[in-house]
Amino acid sequence: MELRLERISHRYDGMTVLEDVSLRIAAGEILCVIGPSGCGKSTLLRLIGGLERPDSGQVLQLGAPPEGCLNPLTFVFQDFALLPWRSVAGNISLVLEDHGIRGRAARAIIDDVLARTRLSDFHAALPRQLSGGMKQRVAIARALAVNPAVLLLDEPLSALDAQTRELLMDDLIDLWQRQRFTGIYVTHNLAEAVRLGHRIAVLSRRPGRLRELVEVPVPMGERRIGDPRLEALQARLWDMMKEEAMAADRELLDV
Amino acid sequence: MSEGRPVPFRGGGFRPVRIRWAGTAVFVLLVALTEWGTRAGWISNLTLPRPSDVVATLVQLWRSGLLWQHLLPSLARLAVGSMLGVSAGIAVGVMIGLFSLVRAGLVPLVAAIFPIPKIALLPLFVIWFGIDEGSKYALIALGTFTPTVVATYGAVDNVDRTLIRMGQSFGLRWFSIVRKIVLPGALPGILSGLRVSLAIGIILLVAAEMLGAEYGIGAYILEAGSLYDLERLFAGVVILSILGVLTSWAIGVLEHRLLHWRG
Ligand SMILES: Nc1ncnc2c1ncn2[C@@H]1O[C@H](COP(=O)(O)OP(=O)(O)O)[C@@H](O)[C@H]1O
Ligand SMILES: [Mg+2]
Repeated sequence: MELRLERISHRYDGMTVLEDVSLRIAAGEILCVIGPSGCGKSTLLRLIGGLERPDSGQVLQLGAPPEGCLNPLTFVFQDFALLPWRSVAGNISLVLEDHGIRGRAARAIIDDVLARTRLSDFHAALPRQLSGGMKQRVAIARALAVNPAVLLLDEPLSALDAQTRELLMDDLIDLWQRQRFTGIYVTHNLAEAVRLGHRIAVLSRRPGRLRELVEVPVPMGERRIGDPRLEALQARLWDMMKEEAMAADRELLDV
Repeated sequence: MSEGRPVPFRGGGFRPVRIRWAGTAVFVLLVALTEWGTRAGWISNLTLPRPSDVVATLVQLWRSGLLWQHLLPSLARLAVGSMLGVSAGIAVGVMIGLFSLVRAGLVPLVAAIFPIPKIALLPLFVIWFGIDEGSKYALIALGTFTPTVVATYGAVDNVDRTLIRMGQSFGLRWFSIVRKIVLPGALPGILSGLRVSLAIGIILLVAAEMLGAEYGIGAYILEAGSLYDLERLFAGVVILSILGVLTSWAIGVLEHRLLHWRG
């Protein structure tokens, strides 16, 4: 399934957060969205996922979601959003129950997604017993359980430490290579963007406009830490971000 | 160069630590002091009864069967009244938490009812519900209702919004979100509200029984008080305290079982 954003603008109490953002996300592609904090990245993702309505413009789904897809646009949140009173399996079962999937059928799906996220041994664990990285893997397993057409990831690794982040990035790439999901990946971490994105959308400081759309020149499977092409791209992105951040600071001083 | 001072410790504190013996120790000390004082004479027996006499009174109450005659009706009143008040309170509190219109309509009303000393309404309840059990149920129900409402809608308001947004993002039905996310999330707040509500329930129970009941802890205390029988008065008070400790303990057990996920 493809997504098309047409001239999205959004305001909160008179403050323009997003202005005239148009994008196209192809099926099987991961688009990373970066931009200085407060530029409207999370807002953009909520608009795409239908959790909020844009003031103007529209988000279009092109093509039908795949067979067996329970929830075409599925979020992975920065703070995991696991129900603390449900076990790992219970948290995944939560998103199946409303579709009438219970008992053996639910069990099969849960076992499958837990195996894919290497969590099979933690079926019955409660969220508080898990580390941050494991919690986020549970959240990813939950997202996979509904067989999404598009994954919407809002800084999914930002609450984690650097090592865990590396490991989870590998996990995500692994998952993508096995089943090419469409993804929109919001982050402020440029290293994540060049590792996980096919293309990178750079938003300007608030009001967020599409400043640049960059293609990552290395195929997903060949990306290694320290690859000079990725480093060069990351440096270029960093220059853009720095410019935006410094301009934002100046604007603040001018007020 | 082995000179140097250890870094002074300045952390710690500000966190409740479980100390089991302290509560009992304070209690035992107070009772022992009173016993000593009343025996030695520096506490006159018009000021305080001798603790051993109070115990003797309690034992006698137990032996004569009078204890149950007073306690059972009291427990029944407390159970029925607070069951009515608490369940209505939780229902209304959840509605206030979920629907803005209900909130706008009922929060001012609840705020108006909350500070009324419910005991003052007892004569009115006697007219409405009769002198018998009805008025007592109503008094306890109303008294437990308001704090439960306030605690419940506060608890619903405090449910983590990101969890609700998560539910919506997975396309959960409204009713599923309420049942599987909002209510469990509000449960800790509702249960701690229950502690307050039931304590108020016990206070009102005694008040209601003082105003017209043949049997009941309140009636027993009132009778003892009017005769200046301090031993029996205190025996009644001890029973109330035990009742309070027991309900608090029961809620503790409930919390332990329902909220084990908090660890
Ligand atoms: N629900 C909301 N109501 C009002 N203002 C909001 C709301 N959500 C976000 N904002 C504001 O919109 C701007 C963009 O927010 P957000 O999309 O979270 O930025 P980012 O994720 O890029 O850091 C911020 O200034 C934030 O304060
Ligand atoms: Mg954000």
